[in-house]
Amino acid sequence: MACIEARGLRKVFGTIVALDGIDMRVEEGRILGLIGPNGAGKTTALHAIVGLTPYQGQLRALGRDPWTDRDRLMRDVCFIADVAVLPRWARVSQLLDYVGGVHPRFDRAKAEGFLAKTTIRRTSRVKELSKGMVTQLHLALVMAIDARLLVLDEPTLGLDILYRKQFYDSLLNDYFDHNRTIVVATHQVEEIEHVLTDVMFIDRGRIVFNRSMEEVESRYLEVMVRPEQAAAARALKPMYERQAIGGSVLLFDGADRQQLTALGDVRTPGIADLFVAVIGNQTGQAQGAAR
Amino acid sequence: MNMQSNSIPETRVEAQGFFASPVMPASRLMYWSVQRELWESRSIYIAPLAVAGLILFGFLISTIHLSGKVRAAMTLDPIQQHDLLAQPYDFAALLIMATTFVVAVFYCLDALHGERRDRSILFWKSLPVSDITTVLSKASIPLVVLPLLTFAITVVVQWIMVLMSSAVLLGSGLSVATLWTPLSLSQSWLGLLYHLVTVHSLWYAPIFGWLLLVSAWARRAPILWAVLPILAISLVEKIAFNTTHFAAMVANRIAGGAEAVTVPGGSPMDPMTHLTPGHFLASPGLWIGLAMAAAFLAGAVRLRRSQGPI
Repeated sequence: MACIEARGLRKVFGTIVALDGIDMRVEEGRILGLIGPNGAGKTTALHAIVGLTPYQGQLRALGRDPWTDRDRLMRDVCFIADVAVLPRWARVSQLLDYVGGVHPRFDRAKAEGFLAKTTIRRTSRVKELSKGMVTQLHLALVMAIDARLLVLDEPTLGLDILYRKQFYDSLLNDYFDHNRTIVVATHQVEEIEHVLTDVMFIDRGRIVFNRSMEEVESRYLEVMVRPEQAAAARALKPMYERQAIGGSVLLFDGADRQQLTALGDVRTPGIADLFVAVIGNQTGQAQGAAR
Repeated sequence: MNMQSNSIPETRVEAQGFFASPVMPASRLMYWSVQRELWESRSIYIAPLAVAGLILFGFLISTIHLSGKVRAAMTLDPIQQHDLLAQPYDFAALLIMATTFVVAVFYCLDALHGERRDRSILFWKSLPVSDITTVLSKASIPLVVLPLLTFAITVVVQWIMVLMSSAVLLGSGLSVATLWTPLSLSQSWLGLLYHLVTVHSLWYAPIFGWLLLVSAWARRAPILWAVLPILAISLVEKIAFNTTHFAAMVANRIAGGAEAVTVPGGSPMDPMTHLTPGHFLASPGLWIGLAMAAAFLAGAVRLRRSQGPI
């Protein structure tokens, strides 16, 4: 059974189409990165998955309809939103008591263990904590829940690099195992690309790219060519070209590695470069169509 | 033998936790949901406690004149005696009741609005607690928690007032019976509890339901949205038909529906004459109000389900 399955998922706010008929399938045990520009529909898609917003089309998370079955679904799903949502009036100890009180899969000792590694005191109120500490607290609460699906919406937005690194380190080392599924939407691709198993680009409510990381590594190549080689390289039909110091960087889909090696340094492109290539081409096509 | 019988239920509990599909009983979800309301809205108990403190402080000063007052009361007939001596006690109960009513109104207006305003609704909704449980737990604050708290605080305050008075009376050589007999506190407590359950909980239920609905719906200024429609309907009715039925109905609701709660012509002296549950339960106003409260709360549940942060 797929962990998340969507067919023709659509969501319209007034005249704005936030999700324009999305099809997606996330298998159990994957770590999916959902990457897209601001306003692409990432948050809407995640909200639909965790039952925060009604939608058109078909959607199943862990076999349940998120909209009609939110409270039961959330026994097995954890969600961290893109903004600090922990109630500011709450004390740390109260949050531990409350989550322990209502969540059947919450392990308080585990949460206390995670908190012991931080400087967060049990008696502090959330409003007294720094932004980074609030995120640490939320992550400690969430990681202590034995959930099957974890949905993260820009979980490290606005945090400094140390907190961001810690966040993904603890997520991977202390939380992830192959029975769990993680879906993470983010801008900060570089920090998580080495932990992802799948990557999905979303743009203007549509999924424009959907590959496993193995596919990305086997299909896409990037080559740095000097100006005199550029024409020869362009003849091989790169999907994208950008300028760098000392030459051009050309990105190829399914090109022959040996052919490229003759032209310059070949490497696997980063997700960020791939993203710019795919979204850039989309935008170009859209503009071309408009003309 | 003894150890064995102790150990069996323990393993059974562990096994249940491990193998059974983990579900929290509804009562536990409700308990923690109410607990979180008490954590968040500390005015629920701080405001009436502060008023109680002020009452006791004022009463302490007033005990200077107490022995004179009791001596004067001894010359009166029992009804006048009661009226004279019970007056500060009734006033204390009234003050605490008025405080908790105001607290209830403001609590309801903020209950489903505040969590959207500070975006914490995204956190609450990320936990396996249904919208029905949440809305019912919030409705239980004005309908159950505050009336019971009002009763408990009033009883304690009046009890302390009696103790303070008794000490003063004993000091001036008067018998405590000269105060205790005309006061008949235990009877007035029964009347108080009846009043709180019938008026503050059951009769006012549609008011609190309406405020919770507005709190779930309004994007800003829920207090205006709670009041303006009522004024608007009253105004339109007045202009269109030159009648004031709607305004009178609302006023009657807020005034406590006196004709439904008490029997006309009952003696005000005897608190027991106020207790006419049969008459109260037979009044259509009660049931219409409760049906409206249920409809308002159902609306609030639906709104909470679809409303996000604002």
